[in-house]
Amino acid sequence: MTDVTNDVIDIIAKKKRVDKPIVEMTDRLEDLGLESLDAVEMIFDLEEKFDIQIPYNANNPRTEFDTVGEVVRAIQQLVDKKS
Amino acid sequence: MSGEERVVVTGLGAVSPIGLTAAAYWQSLKQGVSGLGPITLVPTPEELLQKVAAEVKDFDPLKHFDERQLMTLDRVSQFAVVAAREAIAQAGLVFDTDLSVRTACIVGSGVGGQTTHDDNFRRIYRENKTRVFPLTIPKLMVNAPASQISMFCGLRGPAFVVASACASATHAIGLAFHMLRSGQVDCAVTGGTEACITFGTLRGWEAMRVMSPDVCRPFSAERKGMVLGEGAAALVLEPLSRARARGAEILGEIVGFGMSADAADITAPDLGGMTRAMEGALADAQLAPQAVQYINAHGTGTAANDEAETKALHSVFGPHAGKLAVSSTKSMVGHALGAAGALEMVATVMALKEGVAPPTIGYLERDPVCDLDYVPNEARAITIEVALSNSFAFGGLNAVLAVSRFG
Repeated sequence: MTDVTNDVIDIIAKKKRVDKPIVEMTDRLEDLGLESLDAVEMIFDLEEKFDIQIPYNANNPRTEFDTVGEVVRAIQQLVDKKS
Repeated sequence: MSGEERVVVTGLGAVSPIGLTAAAYWQSLKQGVSGLGPITLVPTPEELLQKVAAEVKDFDPLKHFDERQLMTLDRVSQFAVVAAREAIAQAGLVFDTDLSVRTACIVGSGVGGQTTHDDNFRRIYRENKTRVFPLTIPKLMVNAPASQISMFCGLRGPAFVVASACASATHAIGLAFHMLRSGQVDCAVTGGTEACITFGTLRGWEAMRVMSPDVCRPFSAERKGMVLGEGAAALVLEPLSRARARGAEILGEIVGFGMSADAADITAPDLGGMTRAMEGALADAQLAPQAVQYINAHGTGTAANDEAETKALHSVFGPHAGKLAVSSTKSMVGHALGAAGALEMVATVMALKEGVAPPTIGYLERDPVCDLDYVPNEARAITIEVALSNSFAFGGLNAVLAVSRFG
């Protein structure tokens, strides 16, 4: 796994509200008990960690982040774009 | 109710993004004027995503205060004093010694003097200045608006600020109403004020990820969130007997007040809390849900609030919900936080008095989860006997006022 993957999974693992020892790429954020405020906090942590800006509005029902894997891919893209 | 005073509204004042007096504000509401626009009060560098707000435009403090007075008046207190003076002038009251000590001044504000806060933080942390202005503390303290109104208008009775975020003004007006009804005071100057379109505050709201990048479309499909507003509104409340005895024009009657706490999430709206506050206001007014025709909704324009508020209205009103006119005036003036409930009470009192429901502007199309009549885009003539004004705050603190047409 790349560093981005590890870091993203670490950040999500700290925010999750269910008792699941290992966070996997296929896990859905909703199933990890991440509510809207948790998602906002998670995005803040990711932005701080990678020094990026993630376009995200809690009012948009078509959320781009359904699974952990989707978050990892989105962050990887933003990090690649920066470098 | 025997032994309890009926409480009426005899004065209104407003400083809003769509009018600098209550009359101008109400005219704009009826015409569906939008007060939203590019932010001008603070610089908006490219990295600041939030570029729109509902600012109070063309407000010249020197038209209302001299320079010496302005030394102690943050923008939030300037708005408050101007709105209070207007309401008192309309009521035609003179606060002689007897009335002065029997008049309450209860004002809602979410965060107090944010402009002063921001200016001083910039001096200290960015410009590395070692001193701040000597009157920084009395200017920024959250109680300053009530203190300033009491001093400028000579009100010597109970005076304080109520802070419950977006419900502050509604809590303040509700408290004033209950104090008058129980006979603790003979008059009240009440309402709310907010002026927090500052760089730091905008950053904070942006971080919540609930802001719309352009317009505010409460209850509409495609709504993208809330837009920050500012302003103040004031009401003069009196017992009916006193207002009648002095021949005052009676603008409306406050008949009920309900409060609740969600005790759940710090930001997510809660159906139970909203429902209990509305039911509380109706019970306090001894009214059945069917007595209500108009709701001035909290209606922030966020996906979550508008859906939850719609569900709560269904829960309180049952089949009658479909007959209600429900509008969000935040579509026109943004979310003025601690002032919102007061601006909305002025709108509600005028809606009852004139028989006009102000519109929800920016409404595009029906959202399946928001299935009520939101008075889309155009004001509507409608006979209103009773209306509710809803305020549901971050922190899960809810307040609802019930207002009745008088005469």
